[in-house]
Amino acid sequence: MISTIFISVGILFNLFGCIGLIRLPDVYNRLQSATKCVTLGTCSILAGVLVHYGFIEVGVKALLAIPLLFFSATVAAHALVRAAYKAGVKLGDRSVRDDYKDVKS
Amino acid sequence: MDMLQILLYIQIGLAAFCLYRVIRGPSIADRMVGIDIFGILVAGICAILAIETGKDFILDIGIAWIILSFIGTLTLAKYLGGQKLNE
Repeated sequence: MISTIFISVGILFNLFGCIGLIRLPDVYNRLQSATKCVTLGTCSILAGVLVHYGFIEVGVKALLAIPLLFFSATVAAHALVRAAYKAGVKLGDRSVRDDYKDVKS
Repeated sequence: MDMLQILLYIQIGLAAFCLYRVIRGPSIADRMVGIDIFGILVAGICAILAIETGKDFILDIGIAWIILSFIGTLTLAKYLGGQKLNE
């Protein structure tokens, strides 16, 4: 029962991330919304698996997958947005500031 | 219908919804973002499916999918940036 609550909260976060991925106007906005929400939601789903099984081998595997997902998803998103900036993807037309341009030059 | 089964169908629908951005993203970076998020969502599908079917090895598939999605996204980012990732 508690595991179902954890999984429901995770799927709610995933829903918000996917809405942000579809609706936002820019590559950087989309990546920022989608990566944060989807990473936290999937970690909540894995925590639900841990609560459902307890500390047997499947639950410990789910517990080990949580830090793996945290580090790999955030590092991949950072590399992706940096590469997109270097490749010259434009900001959205409603963006007002670009601080990274001053850092690079 | 079981509650967990409804949640599984919602998660599969979200993963399919995410492929919209892969199909019609304006730039290559949009498609790459879609592929990255799709990989994480499929890991969530594998985790729910492991509870739903009671088979344990599906969670291993999810963990392997996380690692392969990480390596694939780094490779695509290096391809897009055109230079080394560590300066």
